[in-house]
Amino acid sequence: MTETVGNALVQERRAKGSAIPESLFGWLLIAPAMLFIMVIVAWPLAETIRLSFMEAGLGGEEYVGLENYQDLASSRRFHQTVVRTFYWMFLSVGLKLVLGLIGATLLNAAVPGRSLFRVLVMPPWVIPMAIGCIGWLWLYNGYFGVLSGTMQWIGLTDGPFEFLAHKRSAFYSAVVTDVWVGTPMVTLFFLAAMQGVPKDLYEAAYVDGAGRWYRFRRITIPQIMPVIVSMALLSAIFTFNSFEIIWILTEGGPRGATTTLIIDTYKKAISNYKFGEGAARAVIIVVLLGVFSLIYLFFLNKVNRHYGSGKK
Amino acid sequence: MMDRYTKLQMVGIYVAVAIFLTFMLLPFFEMFMASLRPLEHLFRSPYQFWSDDFSFQAYRDMWVTVPLLGRYILNSIFISLSVTAMTMVFVVPAAYAYARLEFPFKNITLGIFLGVNMFTGAVLLIPLYRVLRSLGLLNTYWAMIVPGVAFLIPTGIWLLRSYLAKIPRELEEAAFVDGASRLYTLRRVVLPLAVPGLIVVSVAVFIGAYAQQFLFAITFNQKRELQPLPAGLFEFIGYQDVTWNQMMAAALVGVLPVMLIFLFLQKYLVAGLTAGAVKE
Repeated sequence: MTETVGNALVQERRAKGSAIPESLFGWLLIAPAMLFIMVIVAWPLAETIRLSFMEAGLGGEEYVGLENYQDLASSRRFHQTVVRTFYWMFLSVGLKLVLGLIGATLLNAAVPGRSLFRVLVMPPWVIPMAIGCIGWLWLYNGYFGVLSGTMQWIGLTDGPFEFLAHKRSAFYSAVVTDVWVGTPMVTLFFLAAMQGVPKDLYEAAYVDGAGRWYRFRRITIPQIMPVIVSMALLSAIFTFNSFEIIWILTEGGPRGATTTLIIDTYKKAISNYKFGEGAARAVIIVVLLGVFSLIYLFFLNKVNRHYGSGKK
Repeated sequence: MMDRYTKLQMVGIYVAVAIFLTFMLLPFFEMFMASLRPLEHLFRSPYQFWSDDFSFQAYRDMWVTVPLLGRYILNSIFISLSVTAMTMVFVVPAAYAYARLEFPFKNITLGIFLGVNMFTGAVLLIPLYRVLRSLGLLNTYWAMIVPGVAFLIPTGIWLLRSYLAKIPRELEEAAFVDGASRLYTLRRVVLPLAVPGLIVVSVAVFIGAYAQQFLFAITFNQKRELQPLPAGLFEFIGYQDVTWNQMMAAALVGVLPVMLIFLFLQKYLVAGLTAGAVKE
């Protein structure tokens, strides 16, 4: 209450005291960033939409209407790619969240050495993604990778096992690498959130005789829920658009087993110079992600209302 | 008391931590082991976990096989630093506006910025290529910096905005009442107070720029001497043979400087993320 009165007073002083009105000043401050985004993102996006109605290549452009979209709609392979992309996203994001939660809980435990452990989860996050992938390329190698080596040693396989040469193992190998890249960030954000949970909540529960698991389920999880849901969305968008990992490991192979929408788009547009067909795929990515985010935000609102009551 | 663990629980925690960290660090360990093996050793069958011919030879040879290696390492850092600096120039004023000021279309424009998060460069490569070409930026450092900046501005605004919102309003208002101009208040009152937040956001932007330079480099730049490390590493894949051991050695040496800085900064970073990102 007093705050609003105070604010009103200041607003009044502001109006008198300053030369530039607040609304103009606000626009001036965001203008450079907005302009930059317009040129580098918005304009290319509009151009992508235009191209998606064209048959375009190195030779030139020709208007073909909805043909590119119709081709995609009737292509079974494309349907499989869409399904695969969502499977890839849900699986990978799910694993990142679960591992991140476990990791953050472990790193939050009051045991000697935890500050060292916190340092040691960071490396996959702070190196160029492409370089981490080269490491995994090596791990998955049938002849000189330690994974295949261990499997032979135990006797799981007779000879070298090439993880990236078989459809199924290639897909799950790519998922593991993606999880590896994404987990440290999720872990650190969850850890940060856990440290923000008021201590007295735990103490009160402890005094009432609540066990560790109960406290985790009934205090930690609800308290960090807002961070979990926003990390989930962010992580879902990253994973859906994840390009470098798959590209370096398999280039979408073998026989399309790891081809997600983004890989498909890149292959069409950049590798095969079919700009129009690539653009149509890009538009579909944007639409799918947009719809997914809206649905998600709708539920996020509900969750926030459910958990957020009584806070702030 | 409450935080006490029994012996058994302690063992459980350490075992779980060990498994978790093994997953996180295994590729680095494996890269290191590969870098120590002589090339002809790599194809030995059956697989050998250990052998007596490990050497650091690859760490010497790599500079000869790929003469520009040192340049690539520096390029990587230079590109990321430039992206960070340029991003912050755009982010700071915008984040302040979203944290403090009221202006028309505030929510809509913020929504546009955050919507950018939904794309990655990979979706927009062709038109982006054309934009960069018409601006004359292809095959320059700018070709790798400019797209990086665009895709990091939204995250930067998002993180810094929540940080700035926590700075007590009273200080600005006091300056204001004393007749300071808006710009002066921003520069002399708000920014000095926001230094910890600025550092955290810069570090986060740097990580983003450093992690994702591969795609823009292979698509928008053909000049070898401008390539960042991730793209340059592929030069170890030659026409005749792949010097894997040197590639691994180069990868490890290449990321070492940045990694050391981060390990050093991590405590600060985790604390900063808490402050900036957690509570809206």
